[in-house]
Amino acid sequence: MNEHEQIGQPRRRIEGARKVTGQAKYAAEYNVPDLLYGYIVNSTITRGRITAIDEAAARSVAGVVEIFHHERRSKLPGFDVIYSDMDAPPGSPFRPLYDANIRFNGQPIALVVAETFEAARYAASLLNIHYEEESFDVDLLTNLARARKPSKGLATLIKPLPPGPRGDFETAYAQADARFEGHFHHGSQHHNPLELFATTTVYEGDGKLTIYDKTQGTTNSQLYVSNLFGLSFRDVRVIAPFVGGGFGSGLRPQYQLVLCVMAALQLRRNVRVVMDRAQMFTFGHRPETIQHTRFGATADGKLTAINHVALAETSRFEDYNEVVVNHANMLYPADNVALDYKLVPLDRFTPLDMRAPGGSTGMLAIETTMDQLADQLGIDPLEFRLRNYAERDVSADKPYSSKELRECYRQGAERFGWSERKPTAEVNRRGNRLVGHGMSSGIWDVIALPGKASAEFTADGKLIVSSAVTDNGQGTYTVMTQIAADELGLPLEAVSFQYGDSRHPLSPIQGGSYTTAVIGSAIKAACRALRSKLFKLAQIMDGFPLGDALPEDVRFVDGAIVLKKDPFIRVSLTDVIAFNHGKSVTASKSNIPNIFRLKQYTRAAHAASFVEVEVDEQLGIINVTRAVTAVAAGAIMNPHTARSQILGGMVWGISMALHEETLLDVNLGKYINTDLGEYHLPVHADIHDLDVIFVEEHDDVINELGAKGIGEIGVISMAPAIVNAVYNATGKLVQVFPIKVGDLL
Amino acid sequence: MNNFNYTKAESIDQAVSAVATQSEGQFIAGGTNLIDLWKYDLTHPEMLVDLNGLSELKAISELPDGGLRLGALVSNNATAYHPLVQERYPLLSRTILAGATAQIRNSATNGGNLLQRTRCYYFYDAASPCNKRNPGSGCPAITGHNRLHAILGESEHCIAVYPSDMSVALAALEATVRVTGPEGAREIPIADFHRLPGAEPARDNTLGAGELITSIDLPSTGFADHHSYLKLRDRNSYAFALVSVATGLEIEGGRIRNARIALGGVAHKPWRVPAAEAILVDKAPTPEAFAEAADLLLAGATGYGHNDFKIELARRAIIRNGMMALDPSTQRPGAQPSL
Ligand SMILES: Cc1cc2nc3c(=O)[nH]c(=O)nc-3n(C[C@H](O)[C@H](O)[C@H](O)COP(=O)(O)OP(=O)(O)OC[C@H]3O[C@@H](n4cnc5c(N)ncnc54)[C@H](O)[C@@H]3O)c2cc1C
Repeated sequence: MNEHEQIGQPRRRIEGARKVTGQAKYAAEYNVPDLLYGYIVNSTITRGRITAIDEAAARSVAGVVEIFHHERRSKLPGFDVIYSDMDAPPGSPFRPLYDANIRFNGQPIALVVAETFEAARYAASLLNIHYEEESFDVDLLTNLARARKPSKGLATLIKPLPPGPRGDFETAYAQADARFEGHFHHGSQHHNPLELFATTTVYEGDGKLTIYDKTQGTTNSQLYVSNLFGLSFRDVRVIAPFVGGGFGSGLRPQYQLVLCVMAALQLRRNVRVVMDRAQMFTFGHRPETIQHTRFGATADGKLTAINHVALAETSRFEDYNEVVVNHANMLYPADNVALDYKLVPLDRFTPLDMRAPGGSTGMLAIETTMDQLADQLGIDPLEFRLRNYAERDVSADKPYSSKELRECYRQGAERFGWSERKPTAEVNRRGNRLVGHGMSSGIWDVIALPGKASAEFTADGKLIVSSAVTDNGQGTYTVMTQIAADELGLPLEAVSFQYGDSRHPLSPIQGGSYTTAVIGSAIKAACRALRSKLFKLAQIMDGFPLGDALPEDVRFVDGAIVLKKDPFIRVSLTDVIAFNHGKSVTASKSNIPNIFRLKQYTRAAHAASFVEVEVDEQLGIINVTRAVTAVAAGAIMNPHTARSQILGGMVWGISMALHEETLLDVNLGKYINTDLGEYHLPVHADIHDLDVIFVEEHDDVINELGAKGIGEIGVISMAPAIVNAVYNATGKLVQVFPIKVGDLL
Repeated sequence: MNNFNYTKAESIDQAVSAVATQSEGQFIAGGTNLIDLWKYDLTHPEMLVDLNGLSELKAISELPDGGLRLGALVSNNATAYHPLVQERYPLLSRTILAGATAQIRNSATNGGNLLQRTRCYYFYDAASPCNKRNPGSGCPAITGHNRLHAILGESEHCIAVYPSDMSVALAALEATVRVTGPEGAREIPIADFHRLPGAEPARDNTLGAGELITSIDLPSTGFADHHSYLKLRDRNSYAFALVSVATGLEIEGGRIRNARIALGGVAHKPWRVPAAEAILVDKAPTPEAFAEAADLLLAGATGYGHNDFKIELARRAIIRNGMMALDPSTQRPGAQPSL
């Protein structure tokens, strides 16, 4: 029998039925008794000071209990480090309600708490805030002269700054046979998970709180709240069993959490605070970024020179950074490289990791630049990439732990029918529509972090595994259950995974595509420890049913320990528990990655996307008619949920290329399309034929599961492939994204 | 709390008198626009007169002159799918179906559709200046994000566009809006119903205070054989038109006998230029002929930066839609470009 009965199998989401029947409860849906409702008031100016808050009208609304703002709030700490969280960039984190200063438009400045949501919202609309306005600068384009190096901090450990120069870029570029210089720009984008940010705080008394929070890290929220309010870490319990999408927005505790907890502690009542959709545009976001590329190649298609510079927005108080420019030389082994990444502090809120942060931005510039060079050289774009295939990561001078990108190219191209692509100079028409084919590579770094899990085998024959980790909807719940089931040879139904609760063993925030690797490995380790305890008990059971068998002589199958050489000799796990006087057996384990070994390799997931677009020849309307993405991301735990991840990523890529942008009015200093009617994501009518291939890839370096993670890799190659396809169709290269109706006229 | 009075009208007269009882009296039909505006703090009705009980406004009936009367309370979807509309006024049907979503069209009514307000970002943000919302406060769209905004008929006070799809077809069909108010009943030709912003951008239309729309009447000519609606937008559904064109043609012996062209998404009202239609008469329906019409329709068009593209896009859309109108069977769902 195969030891992997579950891993690698296409299992449906365990919680799927609960989600589609409305039984899955989200943070704002816990109807605890005696609940108060808070409504947040946000600044309508961009920079300045609050001079007065006139509360009279708001206070006169029946049901209003309290109004919190900088002059009426609980004591808050005065040191930056206390406000830090697991995803805090270097700098001075924003402190909600701390003082009268306004640092960005939409800054939360008050919380109105009332007996009903309606009363709170209405009273909030009556709060009269007086400001002293100051001039502000929110415009990236006109402030580029202020660009400077990002400061370093904890975050730069996971998101390294660009490596130093290699060779002599300027000379190599000047001598190149083909050169392309690109200037790219995209605006800010906001995550907009469907679930609004929300917190329900249950005031338990004795300084104890139970908090239902929308977050991608229960431990992160727990840490943040206990630090801010001087509570004991153990007295704060944060629960987030279901998360209605995160995409990175929940990697940092959001301000509704602070306001909700403050109100609960002060009023000694249960309180709920939910943001509205416009408020979802008042915190972290993908930063507006300008990129300059200059790539040079020889006539026979060898890339010799790479220059990639990115200039991104950040706030005045924190240096958010992401990896935008590092990937070109990881993918393509040119010897003359100059990279730079700079930030421009503006009067906007600090950006925040948004699905495939950095990678999706940088690869958009890198991969369109690659196609322009291929076009100049008269080489097919895929062939051009193959001629520059990196067998080794020259940028870090390390081997890859595994890299099946070539196979992604091959299988993707074959499934797509890439050989039928026509050169850009040739017109490819379908009626009055121009047809274009484009491709792109994708890369996403594999991040290794420690994680912890515990496992318990109970008297009724169930395996319970636990971790504080959240499931933002990717299928973590299901995949962790699969991993645990295999380790103890149990059917899925016999395993219950407890997660999304800070009481469970500590987990890092859920992001960066590392959850399966980090928590999956911890669960495997915990289950293995449990296995060994169960086996030790079985060894000493009455009558010694397993004789003198050693651990390597047995396997765990169908709820029993079975002798490999004679499967008829077996001890059921429930008998082991009975022997243990009916007491369940538990084990808990941390998984600490072997950083020393890992550091010897470049570790990354890869992908290749192939896209067909149709562009109306006169009207410039673009449709992505079909696309194939081939992914090499190590072992795939569950092809069913994995496919959904990649499909979602591909839709995200379509959105990035053609739809998504938060419009900033630089005169008013604010975002203006802050609802889902005007913040455009693609709709069903924009999505056509999408296909996903998982390329087999074996990796025994990265982690025990051999899994690289698939949360971001599906996004990265899609948008550049679309831009390249549009170029192939029309001969026009758009460098300001998203490509809009009118850009191709 | 945001308190208001509510009454469910039982007759047209009662509705008209009820709405006048309070200074901020308003009718509510499908509520798909009114409730949004209310939630955004842009309107504050003190008296809500619900029209949904008025069965006399819920019918589609034939008129003696061969036209069709569309009750003001008939839903947009019920209108679009009505057999007589589909048979005689397929242009209207397609145009309605190019708007919003099925759920919204099921609630939205014909009367309410005529009165939907602009989708200008600044209008919707109570904290921004806006002459339409707060006369005299200024128009940030002129120097701000004006991708959605007007290229024709705008004023220094307002460059908002009127967003309705349905009204573009109604303009092409030369519908008549029937209303009843405190002063009695009257008829307003659709061309005079919506107005340009001028110095009074707060006023979208010429409806008098407290006037109730009872029906939209369509004349007998429906352009059933040769018509097309083309809606160009930033995504394939659930987005307002950047530029839209409703074209109706009558063709005899290979020549245009009668032409109507109305543009949406370009002005504060559906845009028609009689001379542009006249110039097509007796011509063969060719791209060149439609190009001539386009030049007249777009004469004097001005861009404000982000919306410059609309001028050229509209020109091309007029030409394409003229050609699409020749064979409506080739048209793609959602008023997307075809041929
Ligand atoms: C998300 C979204 C997308 C949309 N997309 C589109 C689109 O693509 N194209 C498009 O054309 N439209 C679109 N719409 C707008 C939609 O068509 C209008 O909201 C709808 O037609 C309004 O009709 P209603 O009956 O709901 O009006 P209500 O909201 O009930 O009323 C609107 C206004 O009309 C007044 N009113 C209503 N009936 C009468 C009457 N009989 N007499 C006098 N006054 C009356 C009300 O007092 C109010 O001022 C969209 C709307 C939404 C919310």
